[in-house]
Amino acid sequence: MTAEPDGPEDRLRRFATIWSRAVFPVTSTSLTRPEFEEQLLPLARRLSGALRTRSFDADEAKAVGAALIGAHCTDPEALTRTLDCVDAYLVLYCGEDGPQEELRMRSSRLQHAMAAGFAQALRERTLGEQEAIAQAALRAQGVVAQALHATEARFRAVFEGAAIGIGIADLDGNVLQVNGALLRMFGGSEQSVRGRNVMEWTHPEDAPQTWRLYDELVRGDRDHYHVEKAFNRPDGTVLWTNLTVSLLRDADGNPQYQLALMEDTTERRLLNLRLRYEATHDALTGLPNRTLFFERLEKALNAAEGQRFGLCYLDLDGFKTINDSLGHAAGDRLLVEVADRLQSCATAPGEMVARLGGDEFVALTTGPATESEVDDLAERIMNALVTPIRIDGRELLVRGSIGIVEGPAGERTPAEVLRSADITMYRAKSAGGNRSELADPEADARAITRHGLTTALPAALDRGEFFIEYQPLVHLGDGSVRGAEALVRWLHPQHGVLGPDRFIPLAEHTGLIVPLGRWVLEESVRQAREWRERHGEQTDSGPLRINVNLSPCQLTHPGLVQDTVDILERLGVQPDSLCLEVTESALIGADDDLLKPLRRLAEMGVDIALDDFGTGYSNLANLRRLPVSILKLDRSFTQSMQQFPADPVDLKIVEGIVSLAHSLDLAVTVEGVETGAQAEQLRILGCDTAQGWYYARPGPPERLHDLALVDATG
Amino acid sequence: MERPAWAPRSIDITVPSVSRIYDYYLGGSHNFEVDREAARKAMEFMPGLPKIMQANRAFMRRAVRFAAGEGITQFLDIGSGIPTFGNVHEVAQAARPGTRVVYVDHDPVAVAHSHAVLAGNEDADVVAADLRKPQEILSSHQVERLIDLNRPVALLLVAILHFVEDADDPYAAVAELSDALAPGSLLILTHASYEGIPLSPERAEGAVDVYKDIRNPLIMRSREEIARFFEGYDMVEPGLVPMPRWRPESAPEDEDPYAFSGFAGVGRTA
Repeated sequence: MTAEPDGPEDRLRRFATIWSRAVFPVTSTSLTRPEFEEQLLPLARRLSGALRTRSFDADEAKAVGAALIGAHCTDPEALTRTLDCVDAYLVLYCGEDGPQEELRMRSSRLQHAMAAGFAQALRERTLGEQEAIAQAALRAQGVVAQALHATEARFRAVFEGAAIGIGIADLDGNVLQVNGALLRMFGGSEQSVRGRNVMEWTHPEDAPQTWRLYDELVRGDRDHYHVEKAFNRPDGTVLWTNLTVSLLRDADGNPQYQLALMEDTTERRLLNLRLRYEATHDALTGLPNRTLFFERLEKALNAAEGQRFGLCYLDLDGFKTINDSLGHAAGDRLLVEVADRLQSCATAPGEMVARLGGDEFVALTTGPATESEVDDLAERIMNALVTPIRIDGRELLVRGSIGIVEGPAGERTPAEVLRSADITMYRAKSAGGNRSELADPEADARAITRHGLTTALPAALDRGEFFIEYQPLVHLGDGSVRGAEALVRWLHPQHGVLGPDRFIPLAEHTGLIVPLGRWVLEESVRQAREWRERHGEQTDSGPLRINVNLSPCQLTHPGLVQDTVDILERLGVQPDSLCLEVTESALIGADDDLLKPLRRLAEMGVDIALDDFGTGYSNLANLRRLPVSILKLDRSFTQSMQQFPADPVDLKIVEGIVSLAHSLDLAVTVEGVETGAQAEQLRILGCDTAQGWYYARPGPPERLHDLALVDATG
Repeated sequence: MERPAWAPRSIDITVPSVSRIYDYYLGGSHNFEVDREAARKAMEFMPGLPKIMQANRAFMRRAVRFAAGEGITQFLDIGSGIPTFGNVHEVAQAARPGTRVVYVDHDPVAVAHSHAVLAGNEDADVVAADLRKPQEILSSHQVERLIDLNRPVALLLVAILHFVEDADDPYAAVAELSDALAPGSLLILTHASYEGIPLSPERAEGAVDVYKDIRNPLIMRSREEIARFFEGYDMVEPGLVPMPRWRPESAPEDEDPYAFSGFAGVGRTA
């Protein structure tokens, strides 16, 4: 709309410009002033019309006042400035040529109406907006409440449904809320938990730090702690828990509540205790076992200075016989009774009895005065065994051998102590049993050497530390070499050459005798073949024979016959080139099962010699049924013949034995021949072959070769 | 199980809210006495505060129209507060019908009120979320429904970043949002600063303290610090300037001196 200069439209615009300039600074519109002026222009036009209309209508002005609110002129200052502007300029710019008096009156009435319209609209708007924001706040509260309700419902479901016990208490310890799981842990009764105070739940087994941690937590110095804790249930039973307590703080960080989470570990604990008990106790006797004993011994040995320990190592004498003759069930009952008696011997604090296995028991005493106590303890044990034990209507006399070790803590390891006790016990046993011996460092050292040899044996075989010496067997009639006895030696890296008496018993004990024996047999047979190759198939009086010793352990080994056959076949040596020597004692009481392999070997042509004849209980009647072809007379019979004249009784005995042997078709070999006179005497008595220093000491195989040559040429 | 970030323990209308205080400054009645009390206290130190708010609204209006002129039809207004008048959707949809607007605020009352205001407007919606957790905004179903992040978006951060403390790393939040924007998007931003306030810093600090007291600290940042929010953006002319000097439509000299407090700027993603 273009306005004619100073025409009514131009004047109306000028009024609107003045009005907008006056009001704009107090509005909060985001419009620019010219834009705002455009908003005021229609309002100015309405005012202008109302000023001049025929029938005066104040409502138009009311509407204009209200429209100001619509244009965001909500500041009362905007009304003041508007009214000032209308008062001063409306008649001037929009009155045209009307009657001034009338126009001024109308302007005044229009201002009143505008003010009323403004006020009413402002009131409406204010109320409307207040209503809107209140509604918004309410809705927001509803949304939040709903969200909280959902969250709370979920939390409550977790709280109620949790398998873990949950409880909340205030900082004074008053229990405020607990869940079902916690109630069930306490036995299910509400009054046993709700309304109670946490501090009432002390228990004798509370760890020392339990209540210190609690105090720190409720003071706010600690945010949580974790303990294992026991509670008394109303029914008197004990509830064990893994307990975690956390401090709950308010928004400002001030301690507010304590939250307890507890897991029922009663069952698990019982199971653990049982497993621990089973792992540390002997199932048969209920005594502590080796594990627990070592734990205690270790503790005793690690005790403070001034503390000592005393240990009795008991092994029952002849228990194997009881087991073998009465059966294992009776043996077990005997062990249980022994265990009970031993237990009653060690009841003082610091004392314990344990079963190490089999019929081996230990009693331990600790403290500062074990030097005297340990002897009393050993005596009590010996006394406890005095009364016979009644099993299956029999009165069994039980005896034991005790090795005693006593000493200060902090010097030895448990293994060392136990080894010393073991060695000492064996000393008591070899002294006849039914006695106690006190450990002695020297005896220990000897035994420990034996122990060292035992442990070195297997490697020694692997490393080829064994070798064989041969001692010739000479025919007494013509002095010819008929063979040799193979004697094994150990070239020990530290101890030098060791004789069989030093290590064969150890090898017997550990079972190494079987591979060692097999090696000796193979080496010897190989040597026999070598001799045969050198000297031809036969000497004048049959093949050169090799004598190899069999230990008792080898005798019972199921592979004996097969191993022997294999070796002979592999090396291509005839069975009659081999003689196996078995001690008389190994065959005492031998039944057919034990003799069977020997018979088979004998049937094949292997000679069997009865070694050390005359030292044991020489059961002459038994000789008949043994598959033996040679008797080797022990050196004790020939010793007296080194002097001249020889003891006539000895002569008679030897003569008798030789005669007996020959009547049973057995050849007789004598050992330990050292003089020519001796040799002559034995020849007269009818002995067949001999060995001894008179002929040759045991030596390398070449020596025998030389002897045989001498023999052949001589 | 965690309580949503936006949901306070309860709606406590006895605690002043910055969005209702803002409404009061703009002459509105969407506020309660606690809000007005806080506003009046701040105005004791800075009587021109309403003029700063008005300048913010005026800048936002110009910037939205500029964005619409640039062809942008999607607006994400974070910290939208209580809608009174001259809101983004009014301005933008007036410039180009069908323009889509998503408002974001963490004040549940402001959100509830926005819902009422936007009822029936298919192209505008509001999300209850927090600028400090941009992923909650970007993954909201309202944003998914209305905004295609493959096309340019105008991201409005008007008078909000000065309520995010350094501890909450506002720069990271802005960067995370910016990373989600397609090339050609605009960042429309205003921020409070001691620079430009026609008062001694001591007096201005009095007003700042009021916000500290109502647990909505006002973080005044320097122009340099504010410029860092535009890292990775090309500044639209005339750059980061006092609000009345950003593409004015009437003479800046006519503006109230308070309107020059703080800075405004628009950046464009490459």
